[in-house]
Amino acid sequence: MSDWTALAGAVEAKPERERGRARRPGLSPLGGAALLLVLFLAVPLVALVWRALGEPGVWAAAGQPLVVRALRLSVVTTAITIAVAVVAGTPLAYLLARRRFRGKRLVEVVIDLPLVLPPVVAGVALLMAFGRRGLLGDALGAVGIELPFTTAAVVLAQVFVSVPFYVRGARAGFQAVPVELEEAAAIDGASTWHTLRRVTLPLALPGVASGLVLCWARALSEFGATLMFAGNFTGRTQTMPLAIMSAMERDLDAALALSVLLLAVAAAVLILARLVAGRRVEP
Amino acid sequence: MALVAVVAFLAFGLVLAGCGATAGGAEQEAITEPTGGAMVSATPEAAGAPTGEVTVFAAASLTDAFQEIGAQLEADNPGLRIVFNFAGSQALRAQLAEGARADVFASADEVTMEGAREDGSIAGEPLIFAQNQLVVILPADNPAGVQEVRDLARPGLKLVLADETVPAGRYARQVLAAMGQDPAFGSDFTDQALANVVSNETNVRQVVAKVQLGEADAGIVYASDVTPTVRAEVTVLDIPAEVNVVARYPIAIVQNAGNPTGAQAFIEAVLSPAGQDTLARHGFLPASSGGDQ
Repeated sequence: MSDWTALAGAVEAKPERERGRARRPGLSPLGGAALLLVLFLAVPLVALVWRALGEPGVWAAAGQPLVVRALRLSVVTTAITIAVAVVAGTPLAYLLARRRFRGKRLVEVVIDLPLVLPPVVAGVALLMAFGRRGLLGDALGAVGIELPFTTAAVVLAQVFVSVPFYVRGARAGFQAVPVELEEAAAIDGASTWHTLRRVTLPLALPGVASGLVLCWARALSEFGATLMFAGNFTGRTQTMPLAIMSAMERDLDAALALSVLLLAVAAAVLILARLVAGRRVEP
Repeated sequence: MALVAVVAFLAFGLVLAGCGATAGGAEQEAITEPTGGAMVSATPEAAGAPTGEVTVFAAASLTDAFQEIGAQLEADNPGLRIVFNFAGSQALRAQLAEGARADVFASADEVTMEGAREDGSIAGEPLIFAQNQLVVILPADNPAGVQEVRDLARPGLKLVLADETVPAGRYARQVLAAMGQDPAFGSDFTDQALANVVSNETNVRQVVAKVQLGEADAGIVYASDVTPTVRAEVTVLDIPAEVNVVARYPIAIVQNAGNPTGAQAFIEAVLSPAGQDTLARHGFLPASSGGDQ
């Protein structure tokens, strides 16, 4: 389980002090193996950008309505997912970090399961719950709500698969804040809300921010559950990953443009998150 | 840290070795007998008994029929193994163009096969081995109360089609367009029906699934998609012959096939009376039933 925290830590990017050990020329076997792995991770990304740069049609394809609409839909839906994560996920993360309560173990399992579940399974599960014939389908239908094939279904799929990442990160962030600091603030007369806002949240921010980045990245890349639960319709449910899938069947240029765009957006957010986290850690 | 990298790399290497580092679909399994591929380049007179592994890339709509034909062929030829990769015809064409290894390609339409030939992925002349028609399917409880094909244009109906990039989606749009030309349907039928589309599935089997689950009110799929399992959960509405499309399925040997003898054997099995019989049982029309469009 702790590897999730480690994963969150990797994103939050505390600049580790490098040991000033003298470098020997040449690679050790360990270093060679590590280098191979790094190359394996980097080469496909470089190849993607390289191919996109070499295809003259790619930049024209980036302006296609299919691409623009998919980008807009992805931005809007992931923004809503992030808002849901912050509003609903933060209290949950705080409770998990600070309180003991009955059924806490169960809650933890419920939070962890979507992390390990294949997204397609999540999509089928969402259909079984919120589909027209799903567990809650009749109740929803009675108030005139039909979720499948709507943008709302896209958001639900994203929330299901990605918000647990935020809860885990934020929880680790809150746990990193010494309880004594909160107690000291309370003794000094700060209200609970004041303590939370002025002491706990700022100190928990690196964890919270890294959780948010992971959550957003997972929401942006969400594919399987969306295809299952929300279907594939341009401008309504066709997010970037779905558009890439559709474009692959028709127009490799558009698929390349979308892929590079997605890569650029992801890289930009990661860099931004590193900058923000870096500033916080060492003012 | 470095240790972790080593372990990860080793694990990765094992995985690569396990799938023979081939590109393409999820069908690959390691060829364990090294003798399997070796005989292929041998003399043609050994062509009598195909052996080794034959990789067949086939349109998703062929899944059940081809698996049956493949199993029969394997039973008749000990030492022959048929491995399938079923997906949308376009996706298969793209995989072939990017160098996926295969021996046989069977497409759900001639356009895609022609495209694959232009890509240089096909050796020789493709043969038409089956035909298919479209039908409208509804969930068994028919939530939208669809009585006839004309109801597809009723406002608020949830219609699911295959994406227009896959043959089934293209044919479905052709059928809807043909209906709009028919006075029995009315000239605004096509636009109204297309306005009811809530999802363009990347694969025709997903259209069936969405209808089967009752999430869609109607879908347009191949007659052959209504398999015995599906039939229990959906209602089928026939599309009038004068507006229906006849999809012709071509099959061909892939350029630089690793096992041309095996590929030829599979194609012959599909075209044989027994193979045609299997296809017919799965809702396909015989290749020879002259329904040219």
